[in-house]
Amino acid sequence: MVELYLLSIAMLAAAIVAIEIKDLLASAVAMGIVGFSVSIMFILVQAPDLAIVQIVVEVMTVIFFAAVILRTTHTDTTIGKGIKTESIFPVVTFFIFGTLFIVLAIYALKDLPVFGSPVMKVANYYIENGLNHTGAANIIAAIILDYRGYDTFGEAVVLFTSVLGVLSIMRMKGKK
Amino acid sequence: MSGLSVIVKTVARIVAGFIFLYGGYIIVHGHLTPGGGFAGGVIVAASFILLVLAFGAAEIKEKTSYIVSSIFESLGGVMFLLVALLGLFSGVFFFTNVLPKGTPLKVLSAGIIPLCNIAIGIKVGAGLLSIFLALAASHYILKE
Repeated sequence: MVELYLLSIAMLAAAIVAIEIKDLLASAVAMGIVGFSVSIMFILVQAPDLAIVQIVVEVMTVIFFAAVILRTTHTDTTIGKGIKTESIFPVVTFFIFGTLFIVLAIYALKDLPVFGSPVMKVANYYIENGLNHTGAANIIAAIILDYRGYDTFGEAVVLFTSVLGVLSIMRMKGKK
Repeated sequence: MSGLSVIVKTVARIVAGFIFLYGGYIIVHGHLTPGGGFAGGVIVAASFILLVLAFGAAEIKEKTSYIVSSIFESLGGVMFLLVALLGLFSGVFFFTNVLPKGTPLKVLSAGIIPLCNIAIGIKVGAGLLSIFLALAASHYILKE
C-alpha cells in the first residue's frame, strides 16, 4: 500500500499549492490533482464505480472553475497580506476545533478493523443475497438503489437544492 | 467566451455525439457494469458542455437551452420520486422493487433499478448543465 501513501503526499502538496499560489487557474489545476489522486486511489483499492464517478466529477469541477475564472479574474489578491486583526478569532476557533476533531478522530478510529480486513456483517448479507433479492448484477447499483434507496433520494434532493441555489443567485445577477 | 478555432469546432462537433452515446450507455447499463445514473449523467452533461466551450457561449443566445435544462432537471427528480412511489402504491413500502426481476445480466432486469438510473441520469445531467450555463454563460443567455 505504498502507492496510497505516495498519492497522499502528492495530494497534500497539491492542496498546499492550491491555497498558496497566486494564479487562480493554476490553483484550480492543483485542486484537480487532488481529485484525480483520489480517483487513482479508488482504482488501486478496486472500487471502479467510485473511480468513474470521481473522475467525471473532477473533470467537471475543473471545467467549472476554469470557465468561471476565465470570465472573472486570474489573480488571487488575498495572498501575502498576512492575517488581519478581525480574522484572528476565526483562525483561533479553527485551530481549537481542528485539534479537538483530530484528537477525537484518533481516539475513535483506533477501534476500526485493519485496512483490507473489514468485519463485514451487513456487507456479507448484501453480497450473498443482493443478486437474488434485486436481480442487479452490479452489487453497487443493488445497494444504492434498492437497499439504500432513501439515501440516494436524499442525494438527489441535495443536488436539486444546489441547482436551485445557483440558478436563483445567478438569475438575480443576470436580471440586474 | 467566444468560440475556439475551426479545428476544435470540427472535432467537437464529431465527438460530442459519441460522448453523449457513451453517457447513455453508462446510464442504461448501470445495473450491470460499473457506473450508473450519476456518472453517466455527468458524461451526458460533458457532451453539451464540450459544445458550449467549443462554439462559445455567445452561440446560445436564446434562453431556451437554459430553461429546457432546468425543466429536465425537475422532470428527472419527479420521475425518480414516481418510481419510488410505485412501491408504495402497489401496497408495499416506499422504494420497494415491485417490477419483475428478470434474468440477471440482461439489460431488462433488476426491476426498478434501471428506471431509477435513467431518472438520476436525466436529473444529474440536466442539473450540471444548467449550473454550467448559469455560471459560465449567464452573461450571454440572460442579457435582455
